[in-house]
Amino acid sequence: MPAGAKIDPMHQFTIAPIGSDQLAATPFQFTNSALWMLIVFAVIVVFMLGGTKRQLVPGRWQMAVEYLTGFLDNVTTQSIGPEGRKYLPWVFTAFTFILVANWIGAMPFGIVPAAHPFTVTSQFTVTGTMSIISFAIVLGVGFWKHGLKFFTLFTPHGTPKPLLPAIFVVEMISFLVRPFSLGLRPFIAMFAGHILLDVFGNFVVQGIGSHTALGYGVSALAFAFVMFVGALELLVGAIQAFVFALLTALYINDAVNLH
Amino acid sequence: MPQLTQLGLVYQSQWFWLLLVLGAIYFFVGRGIVPKVEATVDLRDAQIAADLAAAERLREEADATEEGWRAKINAAHAEAHELAHAAKDRSLRETEKKVAAADKKLAAEAEKAAAALDDARKDALAEIEAMATQATREIVAKLTGAAVDDAAARAAVGGALERA
Repeated sequence: MPAGAKIDPMHQFTIAPIGSDQLAATPFQFTNSALWMLIVFAVIVVFMLGGTKRQLVPGRWQMAVEYLTGFLDNVTTQSIGPEGRKYLPWVFTAFTFILVANWIGAMPFGIVPAAHPFTVTSQFTVTGTMSIISFAIVLGVGFWKHGLKFFTLFTPHGTPKPLLPAIFVVEMISFLVRPFSLGLRPFIAMFAGHILLDVFGNFVVQGIGSHTALGYGVSALAFAFVMFVGALELLVGAIQAFVFALLTALYINDAVNLH
Repeated sequence: MPQLTQLGLVYQSQWFWLLLVLGAIYFFVGRGIVPKVEATVDLRDAQIAADLAAAERLREEADATEEGWRAKINAAHAEAHELAHAAKDRSLRETEKKVAAADKKLAAEAEKAAAALDDARKDALAEIEAMATQATREIVAKLTGAAVDDAAARAAVGGALERA
């Protein structure tokens, strides 16, 4: 970036076509976003296949894989109960996809020439869709298991009769807001974190480019900040994946067990 | 914000590729690999539980064996003690008997010796008497010229010996 050029922290979220010159509004358009989704998929598969040696005494890799599945198994069975194992595949899918996408997005692949890192979870089309899938499961399980009794989810026990309609509406709204908050949370975390990294990364470059003592000082400070935020991004990426998985399990628990 | 400005152009491909990838993860990893990993973990847990149970059973067996061995050892010790005690007792009694026999024998010998001593003393006394009688007769004859018969001299000597 030439000195004095405008900082454009939004550029990193642009979806670019691969294999064609122009974006086309078709499902089969291959893009950098699709490419990084496939990379995330490949990473997950390679990692998980490393844990299928089925040794009685596990190696480090198998131990890591077993830790991951055991952790998610815990999340689902503790939230939902013994029925939870049925929902483990989706909780696993959501957790690993968000976690790996967040972490790959935080890796400094930008220093490799011609590599354009892209964080797929910074697109609300992605996180929103995953949230909608979680809610489709919740609604499907709820109505399939309980029929219209599923609506008693909106009437907590011990509500005074006169308040019932008002509580019903409030609970219904809070329920309907869940898919938005669920999908927005990981998106916002990645979006904000990457803007921060981009802006302060530009400060580093521009500080050096200014050739002044003050510029070098700002550059060093910004570099330290970028390192700190980079580490924070890894933590946030893991937390967001965990929150999404945990909330999905808790919402499914509502549908399975009502209150 | 490209997420919004590009939305119309990219949402179809975003959904298509996302659903493709999520479906692949769900079916290939979530339903394919994860159950295998879980099965391995369950198998290991079961094996560990079985091993622990077997170890506990073997430990109990070993405890029982040790208990039996200890009881046997205790019985053997008691028996040995009994035998040793009996042997000691017997030998003590035998020794006592032997000592008693030896005592008896020694007492008899001592008695015999005492009798022999007594005889010897009597003989000696008789000899002394005879010699004294002889000497008395000779002394009287020399001094008085009178001849004392043997019986009188013996009576005098006997009296003197009685007084001595």
